[in-house]
Amino acid sequence: MSAITDATAMTPLFRLRRATRNTATLTWRNLMGYLRIPEALFFSSVQPVMFVLLFRYVFGGAIQVTGQAYVDYLMPGIFVQTVAFGAVSTSIGLAEDLQKGIIERFRALPIARSAVLAGRTSADLIRNVIVVAIITAVGYAVGFRVTTSVLGYLAGVGILLLFAYALSWGFAVIGLSAPNSETAQVMSFPILFPLTFASSAFVPVQKMPSWLQGYATHQPVSVVVDATRVLMTGGPTTTLVWEALVWCIGIFIVLAPIAVWRYRSRA
Amino acid sequence: MPFAIEVEDLEKTFKGDIRALSGVTFSVEEGTVFGLLGPNGAGKTTVVRILTTILQPDVGLARVLGHDVVREPDVVRTLFGLAGQYAAVDENLTGRENLVMVSRLNNMSKSASRQRAGELLGEFDLVDASDRVLKTYSGGMRRRLDVAAALVTRPRVLFLDEPTTGLDPKSRNDLWDVIEQLVATGTTVLLTTQYLDEADRLAQRIAVVDHGQVISQGTPTELKANFGDSVLELGFANEGDASKAITSLTALGGHPAHLLGTSVEMTLEGGAANVISALRTLDDVELAPTTFAVREPSLDDVFLSLTGHQAVDAAPAGDLDAATASKRQRRGGRAQ
Repeated sequence: MSAITDATAMTPLFRLRRATRNTATLTWRNLMGYLRIPEALFFSSVQPVMFVLLFRYVFGGAIQVTGQAYVDYLMPGIFVQTVAFGAVSTSIGLAEDLQKGIIERFRALPIARSAVLAGRTSADLIRNVIVVAIITAVGYAVGFRVTTSVLGYLAGVGILLLFAYALSWGFAVIGLSAPNSETAQVMSFPILFPLTFASSAFVPVQKMPSWLQGYATHQPVSVVVDATRVLMTGGPTTTLVWEALVWCIGIFIVLAPIAVWRYRSRA
Repeated sequence: MPFAIEVEDLEKTFKGDIRALSGVTFSVEEGTVFGLLGPNGAGKTTVVRILTTILQPDVGLARVLGHDVVREPDVVRTLFGLAGQYAAVDENLTGRENLVMVSRLNNMSKSASRQRAGELLGEFDLVDASDRVLKTYSGGMRRRLDVAAALVTRPRVLFLDEPTTGLDPKSRNDLWDVIEQLVATGTTVLLTTQYLDEADRLAQRIAVVDHGQVISQGTPTELKANFGDSVLELGFANEGDASKAITSLTALGGHPAHLLGTSVEMTLEGGAANVISALRTLDDVELAPTTFAVREPSLDDVFLSLTGHQAVDAAPAGDLDAATASKRQRRGGRAQ
């Protein structure tokens, strides 16, 4: 066995390699969890597809956007909404692991302290890559076209995933604060709704009442949607992309330490 | 190193002034099985959680193979295996995947992990179920896999926290066999249990825990000397008869007889001879019991003879809270 029985073997390099290896193992474990419940995976991708159909064919006709087809306006919004709602799975997953005592068991193993949270958020990042691919295909089927370039699309996806990853750490805080997974789920929605719907994801902010416009323009979902939109369908990119990056990094810098702190004190 | 596990004056109070441990001390010799026996909420699991570095004690010392659990948690975590009543295994993984995961998390290589998983599945009679998802496992199989997962590194110290609670008699017996085989290979085991027969069968030494304190400690034989080999239960038509029976039985000497409503319980040394003499005594004063039973002593009887109260009734509201608190802890209540 390669078990360490000597404290002097715990060099920084060893710790780093161990943290990486432990994170990889737990990422695999969490992904297997998703794969083994295909129903959950199926229905969690059905929901964004329904949103695509709902806004494309039911509400879309009544929404006026200037300068582009509504479906091109809509899809970047759907992307961001989907990864934002997907972040709930981070909180549910952690709350469930706490509830079942498996995190306690992990704490009795010689693993890196960071591995449980890193493994969970990494698995959710990989899940998001797959979800974004599915939604792109669905978008193409209903008439969405990337009008910039493949590079523009990939840059948009990059920002989207960065936002999703940062948000995962925020939802980790909820998962680590909730008494059980059901509560973690209901605690998440009051945060998600004002973020995703009072945003530029589905309708132009200019159509909202003036008191709402300030919030709706500058809140992170709108900024990330706008950045993704210009990267995929054209428009002036620089300011929006910077703003989006600042939001993503800011969310991560503030919420990740809180998640780590919650994990240490609660698990 | 004479002792594999040393615990000195451990104290732990949970949030809300719930005192889980108030000065627990014991040591476990290497290669032996030590039983912590007590009712729910007595503090057994808290001791195990401290020894396995999950929880920090407020006061006191805990060492595993000479390493302090508070100062050297990283080293301590490489020394022991932990399995318990909650069988904290992953339901969505197969048996094999669970074992590979735990091996990898113990920093074993991929090939070593796979090989060890295969060995353990064989040893624990789980070969047929090895590639099935754990959701399809029975309670006994889960518990066996949980113990197998605790053994991936062939640890010299094993903690078993109520390993058979909630299992059917067959699964209990199977798990006992497994534990006995382990001990034969020299593993030191700390076992917590609510069952006297389990502690009696597996442990060389037993500490009886109540209200976060060790109230008695010794070999099963020494402890049994306190509470006899068997318990005589006699029911009477009314309390008057029962009281009279107590008076006559007490005159016999030996263990005190206890009055429980209209029935009388008395622990007895030896076998049939003492039962006969007890019944003869009652016959002499013309007391005829309406019901009659002789049974093995239970945890209740141990508590009755050690503390004068029964184990279940022993726990006041505060202590039950301690049980809930430690459960909440496990679910993610504040550690300190």
